[in-house]
Amino acid sequence: MAKVSPMEIYRLLPGTNCKECGEVSCMAFASALIERKRTIEDCHPLLDEKYRDKRKKLEAILTPPVKEIVIGSGSKAVKIGGEEVMYRHELTYFNPTALFFDVHDEMSSDEISERITRIDHFIITRIGQDLRLNGVAIRSRSGDPTKFGEVVLSVMERTDLPLAICALDPELLEIALEIAVDRRPLIYAATRDNWEKVGKLALDHKCPLVASSPGDMQGLLDLSQDLLDMGLSELVLDIGSYPLGDRYGQMLENLAALRRMAIERNLNLVGFPLIGVPMVAWQIEKDDVKASMMEATLAATQMLRYCDILILHSLETWSILPILTLRQNIYTDPRVPIQVDPGVYTIGNPDEESPVLMTTNFALTYYTVAADLEASKVDCHLIVVDTEGLAVEPAMAGGKLTASLVKDVIVSSKVKDLVKHRKIIIPGMAARISGEIEEATGWEVMVGPLDSSRIGGYLDQNWTVS
Amino acid sequence: MRLEDLISSLVDAEELELDNVEIDVDELILELKQSPPMFIPRAKKVLKEKERIKFEHPIKEYKGSIAEVQIGATRSEGGTREKVVKIGGQTTLYQYEGGHKNRPVVSYDVFDLEMPSFAKALREVWQDYWSSPAEWAKEAVKRGADMITIHLISTDPKIKDTSPREAAKTVEEVLQAVKVPLVIGGSGNPEKDPLVFEKAAEVAEGEMCLIASANLDLDYKRVVEAANKYGHNVLSWTSMDINDQKTLNKLLLECGLPKERMVMDPTTGALGYGIEYTFTLIERMKDSALKGDEDLQNPISCGVTNAWAAREAWMNEPRWGPREYRGPLWETITALTVLSAGADVMMMLHPTAVNIVKNVISSKSGEVDSPEFKYEDWLKI
Ligand code: B12
Ligand code: SF4
Repeated sequence: MAKVSPMEIYRLLPGTNCKECGEVSCMAFASALIERKRTIEDCHPLLDEKYRDKRKKLEAILTPPVKEIVIGSGSKAVKIGGEEVMYRHELTYFNPTALFFDVHDEMSSDEISERITRIDHFIITRIGQDLRLNGVAIRSRSGDPTKFGEVVLSVMERTDLPLAICALDPELLEIALEIAVDRRPLIYAATRDNWEKVGKLALDHKCPLVASSPGDMQGLLDLSQDLLDMGLSELVLDIGSYPLGDRYGQMLENLAALRRMAIERNLNLVGFPLIGVPMVAWQIEKDDVKASMMEATLAATQMLRYCDILILHSLETWSILPILTLRQNIYTDPRVPIQVDPGVYTIGNPDEESPVLMTTNFALTYYTVAADLEASKVDCHLIVVDTEGLAVEPAMAGGKLTASLVKDVIVSSKVKDLVKHRKIIIPGMAARISGEIEEATGWEVMVGPLDSSRIGGYLDQNWTVS
Repeated sequence: MRLEDLISSLVDAEELELDNVEIDVDELILELKQSPPMFIPRAKKVLKEKERIKFEHPIKEYKGSIAEVQIGATRSEGGTREKVVKIGGQTTLYQYEGGHKNRPVVSYDVFDLEMPSFAKALREVWQDYWSSPAEWAKEAVKRGADMITIHLISTDPKIKDTSPREAAKTVEEVLQAVKVPLVIGGSGNPEKDPLVFEKAAEVAEGEMCLIASANLDLDYKRVVEAANKYGHNVLSWTSMDINDQKTLNKLLLECGLPKERMVMDPTTGALGYGIEYTFTLIERMKDSALKGDEDLQNPISCGVTNAWAAREAWMNEPRWGPREYRGPLWETITALTVLSAGADVMMMLHPTAVNIVKNVISSKSGEVDSPEFKYEDWLKI
């Protein structure tokens, strides 16, 4: 769909420009559909029976080549897949890889409590975004249906995160599904051996289903076809996960091939999200640190090779942090850097004698600086210049941080009403334009340190109001 | 299909056509229940084996290819290296398409100075070798270096202003100490670097080093001349801008640098600090090169060591967990990201990260067997 033009979409819309969708015209709505800022449902007139055929066509055009699948219910439900391009530069990636963490039915209830609390409450705030974990994968280790049912129940009592229910025995899956069906869990997995029964379970319970064919691409195509023929439409594909070694290499190549077949060859059989299980690292690595490292390594490469959902084990912050960061980076829309609004921000409890500092509106820059200021317990006013989302250094190099922009924000933010002095501290990297800023604004410019982590010490030495 | 099913499907059939069916029985008696007049009707119900889509790797045709660059020369080639490195030479995007003959390599960074600003995890590994770049390089080879990058940062007038002659001596020492190919790095000072490179290139004559780097801020012509005169490769380095990269590449080739002597460096942003730019830039560069853009058909080198500038890699922050694991993992994942995008050389620092990355590389080349292992057993861990 990345390749359709707004005109093609426009032709299928009512064309009345009634604005009910919230866009100024049908043409604007067409563009919004392409950028996925709107969905077909937003155009109410289109629901009219007379537009049935057009609507159908639209749906077909707008369905991404990798189907979007929802796991879970309620506000924490997670969407995976829905991708339209192989490479970020062709548009953007849409749904960040969902990270599920495992528990099993032989863990003590304390252990389960502890893990669930950790998974549920885990949060890291990076550049203004809350990075979280997305779900719990419950696996049957014992093979005992009663135990499995119990653990599913106990997880459901403790969290409303989405679930994956993991076992190969249809009997086990059935028990778990009876309990968890309202949560719309992901079922793991249909295989060559069990697909008829497990496929029927998925059909009866209307839940998304993993089709698993480790290391065997033909097997995966056949399995997918059989499941689709049964009437299933929400699959997640599993080509197996392998720790280092030749099969790991093949796995990466297979993942890339699957995504290319879906996106560039429009092969519906494989137009589904892909799953990886980095926790296989724990099968061969017994040492906790080494296993966590290997797991993170696998997770990163699988995420970079199109996996839309991963099942992990290690809950160590040091091993999760880089994975969450990578996900945040890769799923950032390349068309728009993450930005904060220009203007004046309050750090701590500043008063009219507190310093005024200046930085740019690139989110990474703003939050780095804000975190440094908070860490050194500085009370101040921080003014943010609109550099179109560029960091200080690139903005300086690209001429996007200028004295007149600084002046604009000083005026528009009315920072002069907040303080009685007229001094502004600029980043060390912006030293080159300090004279120009003084001239343009009439404020006294102080050049701060190069790195914002040193602002605390700098202020202790240099800041006086008089 | 069971025979009973076949028969029962005949009950209300007017016609029957068997297509693509093998009947494997000793004796077949078709008892048709219909009473006379009896005739075999023509086909209407078509019984078919399910048609299956055959898996084939989705292979594409590419117009362009990446130049193959050799770094290091053996005795017979006019140098003294025991191992040489060949990078690039790809004719396809993916390995499964058959066009990857060389594997990516790791070059360890070695500095001609003490590095007290190193993160603790790096200091612990390398501080015993600070006094001697040659010893440092030897240790790096023991720890798996395919190449060594000697950074002559002491030549910066603002640091120690080491003379080009002295810097060249360091290069000689490192060349003698190790048998792997060498990357010769400057200090980044645009006035001084060309002078340093000239001397270094001279003492390393014939060794086919990689001179790092030529960029738009310095007299790249002099760098290319030195490289050509003494038989070296040149790194074409720009700051995250594909158009700058094309411009510089063109300029270097116009100065007479042979295409198979040029490597590119589009600048590596660390994980969490711009890696998405690098990742996408490399993917775009490879894509354009293979589609035929002649200005980008060279292998790519990445300064993965930049990972250590990220706070998450070095800062003592208990909420993030122990930094002795966090740092190496940060470097590892930075490396794997550029590797995944298509990097050919990764300049790195921490042995744990290097080990993992080299393992990934040999796994991708199919050189090491996977451990004995049943995938679905993860359910039972
Ligand atoms: C990512 C990046 C980019 C991205 C920009 C992403 C973005 N949204 O900003 C892109 C690819 C777009 C880019 C483009 C360019 N870049 Co660029 N880029 C980088 C890179 C890798 C990281 C920058 C970054 O994100 N830093 C992190 C943020 C947090 O840093 P920061 O905003 O500067 O904030 C720090 C300090 O300034 C200070 N600080 C900030 N605010 C305040 C406030 C106060 C009061 C104080 C005291 C301190 C302070 O503390 C912060 C934390 O340390 C750097 C190399 C590097 N340094 O690693 C090159 C770099 C900055 N880029 C460079 C260049 C040349 C460019 C381009 C001109 C390239 C080109 N030829 O087009 C363009 C310019 C942009 C344009 N086209 O208009 C050069 C600049 C060289 C120079 N000094 O002149 C660098 C250094 C690379 C290099 N070594 O050559 N770049
Ligand atoms: S609601 Fe539909 S018909 Fe009305 S303007 Fe929007 S797109 Fe056009």
